[in-house]
Amino acid sequence: MEGKNRVKLLVSVLAIVIAFAVFIKPLASTVKQGLDLQGGTHVVLQAQETPESKVDDDAINRSIQIISRRVNELGLTEPVIQRQGKDKIIVELPGVKDPEQAIAMLGKTAMLEFKDMEGNTVLTGKDLKDSKASADQSGQPVVTLQFSDEGAKKFADLTARNVGRQIAILLDGKVLTAPRVSEPITGGNAQITGSKDAKEAEHLAILLRSGSLPVKLEVVENRTVGPTLGQDAKDASMKAFAIGLAGVFLFMLLYYRLAGLVADIVLLLYTLLLLAVMKGLNATLTLPGIAGIILSIGMAVDANVLIFERFKEEIANGKTLRAAVNSGFSRAFTTILDSNVTTLMAAAVLFYLGTGPIKGFAVTLALGVLISMFTAVTVTKFILGAFIGSNFTKNPAWFGAKAFQPKAKDGKGEAAR
Amino acid sequence: MNKFSIVKHAKIFFSITAVVLIVGIVSMFTRGFNLGIDFTGGSILDIKFDQPVSVAQVRTVLSDHQLGSSVIQLGSSDQQVETSQSVLIRTGIISDSQRVEVMNDLTSRLGKNEVLRVENVGATVGGDLVKSAIGAVVLSWVLMIIYITIRFELRFALAAIVALIIDVLVTLTWFSVLHLEIDSSFVAALLTVVGYSVNGTIVVFDRIRENLHTHRRSESLGDLVDTSIWQTMTRSVYTTLTTLFAVVAIFLFGGETIHNFSFAMLVGFGSGFYTSTFLAGSMWLFFRKKLGR
Repeated sequence: MEGKNRVKLLVSVLAIVIAFAVFIKPLASTVKQGLDLQGGTHVVLQAQETPESKVDDDAINRSIQIISRRVNELGLTEPVIQRQGKDKIIVELPGVKDPEQAIAMLGKTAMLEFKDMEGNTVLTGKDLKDSKASADQSGQPVVTLQFSDEGAKKFADLTARNVGRQIAILLDGKVLTAPRVSEPITGGNAQITGSKDAKEAEHLAILLRSGSLPVKLEVVENRTVGPTLGQDAKDASMKAFAIGLAGVFLFMLLYYRLAGLVADIVLLLYTLLLLAVMKGLNATLTLPGIAGIILSIGMAVDANVLIFERFKEEIANGKTLRAAVNSGFSRAFTTILDSNVTTLMAAAVLFYLGTGPIKGFAVTLALGVLISMFTAVTVTKFILGAFIGSNFTKNPAWFGAKAFQPKAKDGKGEAAR
Repeated sequence: MNKFSIVKHAKIFFSITAVVLIVGIVSMFTRGFNLGIDFTGGSILDIKFDQPVSVAQVRTVLSDHQLGSSVIQLGSSDQQVETSQSVLIRTGIISDSQRVEVMNDLTSRLGKNEVLRVENVGATVGGDLVKSAIGAVVLSWVLMIIYITIRFELRFALAAIVALIIDVLVTLTWFSVLHLEIDSSFVAALLTVVGYSVNGTIVVFDRIRENLHTHRRSESLGDLVDTSIWQTMTRSVYTTLTTLFAVVAIFLFGGETIHNFSFAMLVGFGSGFYTSTFLAGSMWLFFRKKLGR
């Protein structure tokens, strides 16, 4: 019996400590990080109602598609584009190098128009099939346009009617270029000159290719965290994490001795499991989220404190170590359950009503509560049981409890039941 | 038990709370709150220049964009410096394109720089946030009342909610009196305070409920509440200590951005301990008397 318990104890403790040492770093660094930690841009675009364009579901959904196309064409990784409420679109671009340019591209209506001298719009972006950036013979950046069949007809017609005169190509009402037509163009191709550099031409090509937005969008919110600040925040929160964990560790060790040591080992498992579950759920770790983890560690030991305090009371009432552990766990459990459910409810409200980093906080808090219920109750009970079964000591002082003192003066205090 | 009777001294504990809350409510009405741009709209630009710049230089550029009255802060900490590479600019509500113009102008006139952080919030967002924040806190209270009524009974629930309302008000008091900036994460801190503080109250009530089973007629209910509070005192103190240790670590080392977030939890948890330990039990006795058995 003793031997079996010692093996159980040794194996479980070793497994936890080794797993923690091996996996904590890789896990912590591969959990998806929020914009506040890795740097990036969070933009909220709001559709503006104008006489020409109504803001409705269809317009917003088409806008989201077009923005997604633009973001993908820009080659940005792991973007998040989602609708918020009736008329807003959230765009998150982690690790974006040039946020200003990206933002400028997102909200551009990009309505292309070809006009004749009289100001009549003959062709629009809808008549385009494709657009590409390239360079002309002299090396100047240009955007080449390829029209659809119908567009090609319209364009041939426009150029045929305006030989020797100027036509204008406009983007969002601003003249990009106004070339003089020397001969009718029937091939269905055209070029736009006047881009400052190859990059600008490329962006214009992307805008034209992805189509024009059906409504006017305005940036109503923009939060950008540069990579330097993100790294600083990460370093600072890691430090806070290490110090917070160390403090809780020492505390438990000082006040509950061996039982505290068991709680500490279980705390390692808890931290590891929390990160693993977050990674598994593809949850995002944000700055408030890390605060939530540190906090949940402080709270996770609450369950242990409740159990150990019960345990001390039971010992004081004259129970043996084993009996005290069992009734300590069972009597503390309802309390732990009730108090954790309330925290879960608060986290649920936060998750439901919060956005971005706050949601991240709610997720870590809720996961923390759930996982700590398992580790602090089940795992602690298992290891502590193995500890006591190993018969290293019968002295409750090792567990931070005062031994039973019978009223009569005879006994030495050890409960002999 | 010859321990100090918390129930018999309830008047003192309630008076302390009353004084704090009066100070708080007066402050909330006279000083109000320092609402951040999440609520008011506006923009924060945190920029690091290659070469040190002075406030006057930055202000000159901003003035040309009709933003001369912006708040300009040099350096990362409070130390007084003439020039610095890091500059924090707070403006009123500006459009994002206006912000881009300002930043381009800063670059062309004051030299190359790295953008550490940009936050630009339009006016329309703020009002929604206040509404959903109040909604969130009230919703959490309602959920707690329902849960505690189911698991315990209504009088426990009422006492717990009064304690929670006090905790939220005390946290608001600190932020109003010290004029600390309130941003959207403050709501998260408040809800965590609600969730955490009710923990403490439930632990005490749980003990009261348990002791009621073995309650002797000779013992007064007040004594029973006192006994229950003292039986759970070690747990309350220890748990508060470990949690506060974690929060203090975040507060001291977690960096500028979550300073106020952790401070809110710090004062909220402190208040949570106070209300759970010194007020909740007496409040339950009060509701038991008023609402009958």
